[in-house]
Amino acid sequence: MSLPLQVVTSVGEGSRMASGVHDMGGQPHGGPVNVPDHAMADWEVLTDAVNLALVASGAYAVDEMRRAQEEIEPGRYLAMTYYERWIGGIEQVLVERGILTPDEIDARTAELAERWG
Amino acid sequence: MSSDTPAYRVGDAVDVLCKPSPGHVRTPRYVQDHQGRITAIHGRFRDPESLAHRGDGTPARWLYEVAFDAAALWGPSRGTAGDSVRADIFEHWLRQTEQGASDR
Repeated sequence: MSLPLQVVTSVGEGSRMASGVHDMGGQPHGGPVNVPDHAMADWEVLTDAVNLALVASGAYAVDEMRRAQEEIEPGRYLAMTYYERWIGGIEQVLVERGILTPDEIDARTAELAERWG
Repeated sequence: MSSDTPAYRVGDAVDVLCKPSPGHVRTPRYVQDHQGRITAIHGRFRDPESLAHRGDGTPARWLYEVAFDAAALWGPSRGTAGDSVRADIFEHWLRQTEQGASDR
């Protein structure tokens, strides 16, 4: 198990331990958060459903999937959208649990990419 | 270890700990080392810090809603005076505020 990067920042008079780049609440980032109304894409709905089904089946605990997301390399993490990170977390936990191998995931991804163009 | 009864009651003044904690943590840094007040007791739950690494989630932890003064968290220039922030914090991240202590 790899330990996450410990980020220490000075906030005012104290320093507080962020547990990773995901722990970004309250950090200044240049203005109000833009929260546009948007419908979820089909693949996002499917990601949510697959996660629920896997957790309900006992494949993994949702906490593992969250932790796996938090382990995504910080640069990639920030470049990914919300459900892209979910998929990254789910894939990692399925590999950790021996349910899928990275090769199986890659092969299936390539197969679908070819089919869908 | 988890107790059968919660350590804190609604209205209690508590400090959120600031501590190194490798792995999955549900206490955001912006409340660590700050003082809040218990506003609700949610019950006892298996510990996510354990579950995240395929542990069995024991000991289960009491979970509280804690209210913070937003100005104390982020400075008085943001938001409106009197704004509060509520966060769900597990018992093992809290300690009783000392009498007379105030938030930094």
